[in-house]
Amino acid sequence: MSGRWRSAKAGSEIDRSRPVRFEFDGRSYQGLQGDTLASALLASGVHLVGRSFKYHRPRGIMAAGPEDPNALVTVRRDAARYTPNLNAAQVEVYEGLVAESQNRWPSLRFDVGRINDYLSRFLPSGFYYKTFMWPRKAWHSFYEPRIRAAAGLGRAPSEADPDHYAQRFAHCEVLVIGAGPAGLAEALAAARTGARVMLCDEQAPPVASLPAGSAGAAGESRDALAQLAAMPNVTVLARTTAFGYLPHNMLALAERLTDHLSAPPAHLPRERLWQVRAQEVVLATGAIERPLVFPGNDRPGIMLAGAAHTYLNRYGALPGARVAIVTANNEAYRAALELRAAGVDIVALADLRQRVTGALPDAARQAGLVIRTGTTVIGTRGDRRVTAVGLSAVGADGAVSGDVDWISCDTVLMSGGFTPSVHLFSQSRGKLRWDDSLQVFVPGAAAENCRCVGACAGEMGAGSGSGWLGALPQPADLAAGKSFVDWQNDVTAADLALAVREGFRSIEHIKRYTTTGMATDQGKTSNLNALAIAAQQLGRPISTVGLTTFRMPYLPVGFGALAGYARGELFAPVRKTPLYDWAAERGAVFEPVSLWQRARFFPQPGEDMHRAVARECLNVRRACGMFDASTLGKIEVVGPDAVEFMNRMYVNNWNTLAVGRCRYGILLRDDGFVYDDGVVARTATDRFHVTTTTGGAPRVLAMMEDYLQTEWPQLKVWLTSTTEQWAVIAVQGSKARAVIEPLVERIDLSDAALPHMSVARGQVCGVPALVFRVSFTGELGYEINVPSDYGAEVWRAVWQAGQAHGICAYGTEAMHVLRAEKGYVIVGQDTDGTVTADDAGLGWAVGKNKPDFLGLASLQRPALTDRNRKQLVGLLTADPNMVLEEGSQITAQAGLRPPMKVIGHVTSSYYSAALGHSIALALVSAGRSRTGQTLYVPTRAGESSVTVTNPVFYDPKGERLNG
Amino acid sequence: MLLIPCPYCGIRPELEFSYGGQAHVARPLPSASAEEWAAFQYERVNTRGPHAERWRHTHGCGRFFNVVRDTTSDQILRSYRSGER
Repeated sequence: MSGRWRSAKAGSEIDRSRPVRFEFDGRSYQGLQGDTLASALLASGVHLVGRSFKYHRPRGIMAAGPEDPNALVTVRRDAARYTPNLNAAQVEVYEGLVAESQNRWPSLRFDVGRINDYLSRFLPSGFYYKTFMWPRKAWHSFYEPRIRAAAGLGRAPSEADPDHYAQRFAHCEVLVIGAGPAGLAEALAAARTGARVMLCDEQAPPVASLPAGSAGAAGESRDALAQLAAMPNVTVLARTTAFGYLPHNMLALAERLTDHLSAPPAHLPRERLWQVRAQEVVLATGAIERPLVFPGNDRPGIMLAGAAHTYLNRYGALPGARVAIVTANNEAYRAALELRAAGVDIVALADLRQRVTGALPDAARQAGLVIRTGTTVIGTRGDRRVTAVGLSAVGADGAVSGDVDWISCDTVLMSGGFTPSVHLFSQSRGKLRWDDSLQVFVPGAAAENCRCVGACAGEMGAGSGSGWLGALPQPADLAAGKSFVDWQNDVTAADLALAVREGFRSIEHIKRYTTTGMATDQGKTSNLNALAIAAQQLGRPISTVGLTTFRMPYLPVGFGALAGYARGELFAPVRKTPLYDWAAERGAVFEPVSLWQRARFFPQPGEDMHRAVARECLNVRRACGMFDASTLGKIEVVGPDAVEFMNRMYVNNWNTLAVGRCRYGILLRDDGFVYDDGVVARTATDRFHVTTTTGGAPRVLAMMEDYLQTEWPQLKVWLTSTTEQWAVIAVQGSKARAVIEPLVERIDLSDAALPHMSVARGQVCGVPALVFRVSFTGELGYEINVPSDYGAEVWRAVWQAGQAHGICAYGTEAMHVLRAEKGYVIVGQDTDGTVTADDAGLGWAVGKNKPDFLGLASLQRPALTDRNRKQLVGLLTADPNMVLEEGSQITAQAGLRPPMKVIGHVTSSYYSAALGHSIALALVSAGRSRTGQTLYVPTRAGESSVTVTNPVFYDPKGERLNG
Repeated sequence: MLLIPCPYCGIRPELEFSYGGQAHVARPLPSASAEEWAAFQYERVNTRGPHAERWRHTHGCGRFFNVVRDTTSDQILRSYRSGER
């Protein structure tokens, strides 16, 4: 198949026998197998493919690779597989491909946003900062939402991603990035030594499915790739972008596996993220051609000369019929010669240089092409396609003559020279060095074991080095027309000049102010021109202005590849207790507590949470309930120095704790604030069973290890997490003893033998058990610890035994209410990292006359003993049914409006069915001295007045602990 | 991702470790001045260049140890056991 814009001969990547239909903006086109979307559109005569970001100017295809700043499209398979911001030069066409242009409304050809272009004198860089300052309030409510709606490129898909993504770690001796001639040579040389070699390239592989024996460079590459593919020690990754260079030679690669397929097989992941650790990295990332900066340089039909060369050679796509070429280096002459050989009319061949020498220009002259030396571009004409280019003579001094030669054309090719693609090298923290002869930054000292080869290292072909930097000479000032530097962010030469005029001196600040080199583009085509213009305006050499940092990713990477398997159920590990299944069978509603799934409440038919929790609470208070406390953190502290270690870690005095007894332990950080709490049992003279909060278990163990290993390494103590070794069944309520007594062996459960806060070892249901007499409800209570594997069985046995006593299962919500009725704190809810033991009303637990413990020194600080510190108190609302919102602020006076003096906040708040009243815990400045006072809480429904009380609302004397 | 040389287990990927902050910050005696305690708790250097820091091989041997890392290049210059210099 060949059309007007498809060469009959050239095209190393296309298969002329396999036409494919695709759709762009609702119109059907025909391309060839092997085409990219960009080459297929060019071969169909389509140049207008998008609207620019800020001014909505019509834009075309400028480049033939990932550096193209404008040809961003959305590819749509269905509502969920809707991928925006893909580079048309990287999208491979397949039968049925549906692509859309972006950033236009209502259509690409007629776009309302274009008005920004005509208003552009009012939209300079920094416009947003300068304009939307007043009135201040309008920023959130008016300006920002509207700017956000107008900004952005493509749209996100509206449905969840149905595809799956893979991730893989790999190791190799040599990782070569870039399969151009230099990369292939390096890969082959390394592979022949027997080393494990990986080679990746962002393009599709030319090995498969293409006619063999093609002439020239394409044929040689094909042969080299075929050799590599046959070697067992080599992995070749095509369609794989190296987007991140992380420390210690870890490279992140994104491999696209199915985006080029018409009907992707379901078993294949769409993308695969590779994390490759390489002994040596070889960067063969090539060089990127620089556009020229002249007025009107962004019209569709204006392309890089090298891109036109690539489209012709790889895809046989012709950029136009009448082509004008403007260059400052010799490589563009290659494009001129080959396009002409393909039958294209070269209507002008202009060179900025006064003298042009070399093999390629000589060949052009011999072919009869006239080279206009000393020529600059002063403007272009055309709207959705360039129609003419204005050329003027420029002297060696840079002076531009007033005469303009307007040349009619349909394509302008430009070449400002080549910029080594040092993005990855720079990401590796390698130093860049300014090369005066090449006038570019090249890799300098490496920070990792990494080498740059080929054009990336500044090894350019003869005559292709150097070129032009910055804006082209113009007769008048820069404002004569927009000279784009950064096509993707719509930054012009005038914007950069303005930034310098307004006082920005650092290139990093100029970048942020003008947005040049940002977004997906990361300055691939724009960096050096922007730098040259800034340097010129600053009156300093480029080498001293420096370069902005190249950031990851080199190219955009989909979230799918980054998330990999970690989505849905695999997003985070789920921890389930041995009693989870029983609760699930009973219809429990679960809640996540750190990684645990805990039963929150057990609704009976027709019950909502409020009713279920009220029933569960009353059942515990009137009879008894059972609760899965297995998630409690448990740490076994063992050794001859165990008691000394506990003395140093916890505030309490452990010398006086007898074997078989328990104590409520408080752990502070060295800054004096509460870090964790829990019941600690002494199970032998040299052994403590320490419990922690559910969420705090790992960090408490880590903190203990830290102090043990690094501050007190001489202590003979061994720490072991036993959290998951024990299932913990809490049985609470006046009937608790009656329920468990028939199941317990070898333990005397009497008050005398096993009083409150004691522990005994024995058997429950024939299983070895540790039975604690403890209570987090204020009722007579036991916590039966049995090995996890027996947990479910013992739970069922207790449940059976409890039926005669009216037992119920209760969840974490009822547990919270029951403990709040007793004023028991939850660390992390009623404390927030700025609360001391005394603030929380737990000062009694701090051991007296201890020589040292964590936080002791800080507790002496005046700020931690200030009488106005916030202290834990109870609050009762005037309206018994009013449940305050947790986090509500508290004031001392009624009727205050913000900004107002706040004296505290609500930390816990529930409805207590046992009391028939709502209850709240709060941290209030000098709270204990305010007992009986009326305070005020602003709520959504208006101000609520509250009375300060003792935080123990229920059974203040603690008589129910004994049943 | 860093490769960290654990003095007990050898070179392992950073995933297995947790960072422990600046090394050689000794805990003062309880009798030390408020200034010393404040420095211990709140003052840390912000080195540009070689930085002695603690790491714990959490998902390995569990031991704390010290590493000297160049903060400008992320290269690890050496590692040694707690209590050593």
